[in-house]
Amino acid sequence: MPNPLIEIQAVSKSYGQNEILNGISLAIHAGEFLTLLGPSGCGKTTLLRMISGFDEPDNGNILINGKCVNHLPPQKRDVHTVFQSYALFPHLSVFENVAFSLRLKHLDSQEIQSRVIDALKLVHLERYQHRNTSELSGGQQQRVAIARAIINRPQVLLLDEPLSSLDYRLRKSMQYELKQLQKTLNMTFIFVTHDQEEALSMSDRIVVLNDGVIEQIGTPRQVYETPSNLHVAKFIGEANIFDLKVKNIVDEFVEVSIESIPLQYKNKAHFKQGDKLHLIIRPEDIRVWGQSEIADNENMIPGSIVDIVYKGSTVDLKVELPSGKIINASEFFDEDDDKLEYTLNEAVWVHWLQGWEVLLPYEN
Amino acid sequence: MKTKPFSLYVIYGCLLIFGFVPFLLVAVTSFLSNDPNNLVTLPFTFDNYIELFTPLFGKVFLRSVLISLITTIGCLVIAYPFSYFLVRSKHQSILLLLIIIPFWTSSLIRTYSLIAILKFKGLLNLFLLKLHIIDQPLSLLYTNFAVISGLIYNLFPFMVLPIFTNMERFDFRLFEAAKDLGAGKLDLFFKIFLPNTARGIISGCVLVFLPAMTLFYIPNVLGGARSILIGNMIQSQFLVIENWPQGAATSMILTALLLVLLFIFKRKGNEGRS
Repeated sequence: MPNPLIEIQAVSKSYGQNEILNGISLAIHAGEFLTLLGPSGCGKTTLLRMISGFDEPDNGNILINGKCVNHLPPQKRDVHTVFQSYALFPHLSVFENVAFSLRLKHLDSQEIQSRVIDALKLVHLERYQHRNTSELSGGQQQRVAIARAIINRPQVLLLDEPLSSLDYRLRKSMQYELKQLQKTLNMTFIFVTHDQEEALSMSDRIVVLNDGVIEQIGTPRQVYETPSNLHVAKFIGEANIFDLKVKNIVDEFVEVSIESIPLQYKNKAHFKQGDKLHLIIRPEDIRVWGQSEIADNENMIPGSIVDIVYKGSTVDLKVELPSGKIINASEFFDEDDDKLEYTLNEAVWVHWLQGWEVLLPYEN
Repeated sequence: MKTKPFSLYVIYGCLLIFGFVPFLLVAVTSFLSNDPNNLVTLPFTFDNYIELFTPLFGKVFLRSVLISLITTIGCLVIAYPFSYFLVRSKHQSILLLLIIIPFWTSSLIRTYSLIAILKFKGLLNLFLLKLHIIDQPLSLLYTNFAVISGLIYNLFPFMVLPIFTNMERFDFRLFEAAKDLGAGKLDLFFKIFLPNTARGIISGCVLVFLPAMTLFYIPNVLGGARSILIGNMIQSQFLVIENWPQGAATSMILTALLLVLLFIFKRKGNEGRS
């Protein structure tokens, strides 16, 4: 494994009494698309500002290319930022905004011209070079901010919630474009967002932050399918959570009971008899069958439908279990069931394939 | 067609009665002849303007422009950093109030109070003597220095307020963006802050330069008999010599100059925007 491009070593930061980051360690590799994901106030922007040089860590070190940059000002770092507010210079045209850092270097005007046009082409704005930034739409301003930040070909591009002020459709297409741009430039992107869907669809790796600590680092798939704790499970995607107690250990299985029905699941986390645990199951992993549809209801949980939302590609159900607990289930139209006809208050059987659940140690 | 709201007609009416009509009267007067008994009389004449083309008038005119220019620059040099301080201060509203409160007393009275500071045995001389900066009191009163001090003191808020308003709208996050792109401290000021606050500077300069040309009582009070500027020249033409057409003609020339300046400022302002 090559040396990481950026190393964050046990970094802590407080503002007054407020501890923002608490002993964060993280290695970021060249060319990866890394996302810092977490709710607002989790410290993700602070971490980004330390990498860009606007904040200094109280404790710990930040290394870029193996060199400690704790006290290196932002001007001297080979790192550029796309700001959440875009922070375009209102007195300069699109062209001059993008050219800003080149002009500071006193490059000759021919080189500036060709490099700015190249950068604007990358973000499909070459026709707008003479415009005033205030004449552009939000999405176009966003592209100017990106062009301005990549023109110097920095080793790392930091993006601080860059898509949060765009509408849904534009956000979707910008997600795709950003990802393409990252591949084209083969640049390291560190992307900050609180939108888990955005994180899942764009990242090579996701760092889930909460209350100033890293809760999980992993690929989108790892983070989604095997969340390391309850918070990650709840924050990323929707999750049905059952609080259970291990009744028995049978070979490599734990036996629990859900709604008085004994069920066995693989014991990957080495639970012992009597341990309390959380069982996490995603709505799309749950199958809901009408009682007339099946004969064999072994290992299935009874319930009744209390809400039906038709979403086009799925039908989202809320199913009330005998204990009164309500779970969410998303049913897809596929060969198994191309009708998905449910009625309110219909008695149903609920189940999921063994192994699709995640068992986590109990948290208070 | 939509009818315009009544309030708009009231504003138009006020502008017509209190702005345009008096201006028209001055303009007409400037082409009339002087009459000791009736103030003005027919026939129409250009003499009032022709008589102004004298070396003396030229000197007064240039001196007025120069003093107004120094006043404007003086106000700008103090007000620009002051406004920056104001924008970044936590006590913004109190400080702003402190600038405005003196305006609740008459400007003439405040100008007289400057005499107490500037006179031979005044506070400023006392202060400088105590600090041993000077050995003998300076004659400050009845000099251009006194006039310019008075003008700067009186017109300072007109410079601060537009610059302050402009700076208040400045997005200080732009500094971070510029630093991120490699800008040093001087770049931040000259390439980011100054161009973005230029419109405030221009408005402030217009608001200071124009009245500095016409505030007649300040040169009268602080400049003494020798200090004739275009403002108090007009005043004495009307009230001392009682040559109304001549005074009106001088006013018209001043108005013409100010219109030209406004036009230039406006064009500069538009350039700054695009």
